[in-house]
Amino acid sequence: MRTLNVDKVTEAIKEMCIEANHFLPEDMQCAMQGAIDTEKSVLGKQILEQLCENMEIAGKDMIPICQDTGMAVVFMEIGQEVHFEGGFVEDAVNEGVRQGYREGFLRKSVVNDPVLRENTGDNTPAVIHYSMIPGDKVIITVAPKGFGSENMSRIFMLKPADGIEGVKNAVLTAVKEAGPNACPPMIVGVGIGGTFEKCALMAKKALTRSIGQHSEIRYVQELEEELLERINCSGIGPGGLGGTTTALAVHINTYPTHIAGLPVAVNICCHVNRHVVRSL
Amino acid sequence: MDKHISVPFSGNTAASLQAGDYVYLTGTIYTARDAAHKRMYEAWEKKEKLPLEMENNIIYYMGPSPARPGRPIGSAGPTTASRMDKYAPVLLDMGLKGMIGKGKRSGAVKEAVVRNGAVYFAAIGGAGALLSRAIISSEVIAYDDLGTEAIRKLEVKDFPVIVVMDAKGNDLYETAIREYHQETCLF
Repeated sequence: MRTLNVDKVTEAIKEMCIEANHFLPEDMQCAMQGAIDTEKSVLGKQILEQLCENMEIAGKDMIPICQDTGMAVVFMEIGQEVHFEGGFVEDAVNEGVRQGYREGFLRKSVVNDPVLRENTGDNTPAVIHYSMIPGDKVIITVAPKGFGSENMSRIFMLKPADGIEGVKNAVLTAVKEAGPNACPPMIVGVGIGGTFEKCALMAKKALTRSIGQHSEIRYVQELEEELLERINCSGIGPGGLGGTTTALAVHINTYPTHIAGLPVAVNICCHVNRHVVRSL
Repeated sequence: MDKHISVPFSGNTAASLQAGDYVYLTGTIYTARDAAHKRMYEAWEKKEKLPLEMENNIIYYMGPSPARPGRPIGSAGPTTASRMDKYAPVLLDMGLKGMIGKGKRSGAVKEAVVRNGAVYFAAIGGAGALLSRAIISSEVIAYDDLGTEAIRKLEVKDFPVIVVMDAKGNDLYETAIREYHQETCLF
């Protein structure tokens, strides 16, 4: 058994919120640079160049890449040999978010109730997903999620008879409807299988995968490749103003499901696909 | 075509802009997003005075991140415009000449744009750090309690936008996407 003080969690979350909102992972930067070379629209190319310039300014001047610094989504993968001390781990996560959003000059975008809608003033609470892993480490992923693209995400409870064509149709429908609203070029996270909530969570987690890292399941990898190609033939383009770069990646996660169902969730993320991972 | 224009502007300027034009705005614009629109709309329903004159003005759908000390504003890119579709026609009928946001608009907004000879611009979504450099000053003028959603008066210099919907009702989102759409995508 390893003992871990929750103050360490707070400190890490604080730093990760600030880092995620100012610096995109290297794979995202590479994908954007690569898209400039292949984009066929002149305006589209210009927009991609400006998005790269935007990333540079963000890091250099410490201005968030996007003003929507998101709702803080936190994945806590907790080794079963870990014992937390010094307080409740959930409070520690929220304290980290509170400090990070205050000290990092990040926007407070969370309201206390979905209907009454009063801003909480410190961007808490975070949305926290816990899972258990073997060992004595805690792996934390902080993925602030903007709502321009979150609002364009969809869930489809398909029938088994809809099959793989139904899955393709669901993903393409979500992307088409998202269009310019989701700040393309986008990353498309897909969850197939499980239950209603499981497929949504898989789609969210798929967004944290490095670009270019495909599923290990053969047919799923082929599906990722086919969907990316078809999405980039849609014409939506950078900023939705026409072009050949609509998505930078399609990431799919799958899970066993019930004999009666084929759930498909599509979680769309804009080009500001933020995620920072740390192991404690 | 690249154009430099000063804001606020009259109907003549609006009429000269075409979908697809790349435009640099210099002058004064105002920010308002979801909560400020809801409040202005409620004020209009009660026949109360709005905190902002609409005539010839431009509203930027934007809620900035906090400014670091010594800076006029934080990150300042556009938010999705369709959430303001319910409120925009009333404001356009009051004389609003331009809206800056991102994403598609409703048929009712398009009709109001044409009816009033106005323009809908897109700023580049997710380029908040870059766009903040074109903002010289920012001052909250109403609804301070709404935080990032308060109404702000911004002085801008060469603020880059693209005309998406012009006064004739042309829509760049529809025409540009058709241009690059390939049949092989099958949707």
